Amino acid sequence: MQTSLGSPTLSAIVSFLVIVLLTLAVTYWAARRTRSTREFYAAGRSIKPFQNGLALAGDYMSAASFLGIAGLVALRGYDGMIYATGWLVGWPALMFLIAEPLRNLGKFTFADVVAFRLRQVPVRIAAAFGGILTLIFYVLAQMVGAGNLITLMFGLSYNWAVIIVGGVMLAYVLFGGMIATTWVQIIKAILLLFGVTLLTLLVLAKFQFSPGQLYAAVAARYGQAALEPGGLVSDPIDAVSLGLALMFGLLGLPHILMRFYTVPDARAARSSVLYATGFIGYFYLIIPIVGFGASALVGREIIRKVDSGGNMAAPLVAELLGGTSFLGFIAAVAFATILAVVAGLTLAGASALSHDIFTHAIKKGHASEHEQIRVARIATVIFGLVAVVLGILFKGQNVAFMVGLAFAIAASGNFPALLLSIVWSRFNTAGAVCSIVTGALLAVVLIVLSPTIWVDLLHHPAAIFPLRNPAIVSMPVGFLTGIIASLATREPEAEARFHDEKLRTYLGIGAE
Amino acid sequence: MQSTARSVLDSAEFRRLVAGRWRISLALTALLFILYYGYIILIATNRQLVSRPVSGATTTGILLAAGVIAGAWVLTAAYVVWANRQYDPAVAELKARAEKP
Repeated sequence: MQTSLGSPTLSAIVSFLVIVLLTLAVTYWAARRTRSTREFYAAGRSIKPFQNGLALAGDYMSAASFLGIAGLVALRGYDGMIYATGWLVGWPALMFLIAEPLRNLGKFTFADVVAFRLRQVPVRIAAAFGGILTLIFYVLAQMVGAGNLITLMFGLSYNWAVIIVGGVMLAYVLFGGMIATTWVQIIKAILLLFGVTLLTLLVLAKFQFSPGQLYAAVAARYGQAALEPGGLVSDPIDAVSLGLALMFGLLGLPHILMRFYTVPDARAARSSVLYATGFIGYFYLIIPIVGFGASALVGREIIRKVDSGGNMAAPLVAELLGGTSFLGFIAAVAFATILAVVAGLTLAGASALSHDIFTHAIKKGHASEHEQIRVARIATVIFGLVAVVLGILFKGQNVAFMVGLAFAIAASGNFPALLLSIVWSRFNTAGAVCSIVTGALLAVVLIVLSPTIWVDLLHHPAAIFPLRNPAIVSMPVGFLTGIIASLATREPEAEARFHDEKLRTYLGIGAE
Repeated sequence: MQSTARSVLDSAEFRRLVAGRWRISLALTALLFILYYGYIILIATNRQLVSRPVSGATTTGILLAAGVIAGAWVLTAAYVVWANRQYDPAVAELKARAEKP
């Protein structure tokens, strides 16, 4: 088939401009409402649960999951579906284990919860370290992905693509703070869910709206093997390790955790997770249909020729079924997806720098509102520039593993300290610092020694660490170091405060 | 701390509330583990079952993947129903008691 992918079409440019203008208008509106830190970091705690559910879904559903999973299903069949399920199962765990205590104990960042009854300076620095390390790998993967995708879809040069993403996203965060970022996520989530739903319906319409007929067509073309597990889960330990990283990594992602402070109370936090789980579950349920549709209707050969990773499977099937104008819309939606995710990451990174490091570690909590807002904006620019520079430096590099790494760091460094600080009275400053630093660094070291980097990127003959994802080792080590370091030291004040803190953790008395 | 708040904190009702909350949370987490890791381990160990067609070309595996996603949502909803019906009223009562002057 002929494709107009890679050359800017009128519909792509119009859809793209409409989305950018709409989101910038929202930012202008939000900027006039952003005066205090409470508004900049937490949207004034005025977001409704349904809105926050959409915004959480917007933060989580990245271009990698939209284009990547559709491509994986198109090229590798059922394995893509196994992967898709892993992306959802963190949400119930987030709800059961930390959502409500997180909302009750914190103010703007997850470090607020970990540091609640511990010594501020060391814990804030450690938590900001774990948080920023997670965000840097996550944002790097997003930026390189953005550069590649926009080049593929609009024919724009890679560097310009990265700079445009950086510039527009900075405008949202810098001027509109969390209010603008939240509404950008909501707009993006609605566009993405609408676009993918339409695409799914167009695919199913070709098969009399029967998924069974779609699967039959895939099997007729690529054999029954396309509907059976392939190589992804050949090693159960590796598969469980990846599953642990995806599930518990979510519970340590700073930009997701930060969203819980935008709603008024724990009950609203709870409802927003239910909405988010619904939207995200629906998304991962229908994405494989798009992928299978692409392999049955477009064909694997053509998908692979356009992009060897399969990322263009969804845009190609959109063009085949809906013409150039629909392709333009889908391309613009993918672009909006990247913008929104990067904006969320940048706001979280800026909060770690300004709220945790500047306000609490440097100023010991004594900074004026005016000063805090100013530093938050400076931190936003710093984090945004770092994201753009890294995006340009890593041009052409294989960064697909970095999202997995970000989840592994979050699961091994941030999550154990967060959970232990909520549930264990003996948990103390030494435990928190050791747990975060050891968990995060071990995840990084093990990934470097794993087949993912050691063999695939550095071309050594054999890996030193056998698993592709380290979470099954690094997460338990994160918990163990936290427990051992806490037991080895005493911090009577922290233990005494744990009991009192329970009124806030469970009843919300004194919650922000 | 006020004495009323202290008495709530030390009350049997409050301890029951906290214990009950974690009992439900951990039970649902255990179900989630069985659902998801059970699915992964099933694929790794019993490929034949997962590959078996149920109707036409559709395999058991496709239904299982959809079932894991639906099941994860149902567990989340179950928690919300429990929390809205059982947890929130108990919290409201204890909170009122603790904040009484």
